[in-house]
Amino acid sequence: MNVAFINPFINATILLFKTMVHLDAFAGKPALKKQPFPAYDVSGIIGLSGDAQGSVAISFPRLVALKVVSAFLGSEIKIMGSEVVDGIGELANIIAGNAKQDLSQYNLSISLPQVVVGNDHVISGQTGIPAIIIPMTCSLGNFAIEISFKTK
Amino acid sequence: MRILLVDDSSTMRRIQKTQLNNLGVTDIFEAGNGEEGLEILANTTALDYILLDWNMPVMDGITFLKKVRGNGAYAGIKIIMCTSESEKTRVIEALKSGANDYIIKPFTPDAIKEKLKL
Ligand SMILES: [Mg+2]
Repeated sequence: MNVAFINPFINATILLFKTMVHLDAFAGKPALKKQPFPAYDVSGIIGLSGDAQGSVAISFPRLVALKVVSAFLGSEIKIMGSEVVDGIGELANIIAGNAKQDLSQYNLSISLPQVVVGNDHVISGQTGIPAIIIPMTCSLGNFAIEISFKTK
Repeated sequence: MRILLVDDSSTMRRIQKTQLNNLGVTDIFEAGNGEEGLEILANTTALDYILLDWNMPVMDGITFLKKVRGNGAYAGIKIIMCTSESEKTRVIEALKSGANDYIIKPFTPDAIKEKLKL
């Protein structure tokens, strides 16, 4: 997978965190994903379709998801529930939509967010498409972006 | 000022509401999709602004926008898109369909303040 597909998602994540989570986020080294399972427990997934197809997911450990959505919302959420699920879905939506401006040659449409919770869920929409995992970190903890992207 | 927020994310609506409250706007209605938005429009007078998301279930923002702009009774309401849809082609499509302005997520309270002229 071309690095040109990865950078728009990393940049959109960093911009989102800076603008609306009020934190600096940093990207580690992208790696080819070896397992079908997401990096962490709570994942917001957006399907991508058009002249390329695939998906992007943002995946957090439970506690980090709770803290990040609290920072996004500007008010503390104490339990893992529907508020966190909604918040993670919207974070994924913003990353995918924002990244599209640097991928306009593919005429991408994004799906509504799907949020999965649990430590053994499989991120759908990636069958047969190589996936890249980008480790991310911020002062609230580690998380990951997972991208699978295939041009037609 | 009376404003309607149309966004499927309750988190996003809460963020918008907090920012608007901080700017002195408290007369706020909320809808989770275009269909709910139309229902509120039909039952509410004197709306000044609609902050409108694009990607929503049931009825998306662009469909809602076209329906609202097809009804002369709502001509005085200013519609500001507030969406992660970021390509120029999308912005142009929305403006051509009758949106008055466009905010790309992620956004700051300053963007809300500027676009809603608060
Ligand atoms: Mg939405």
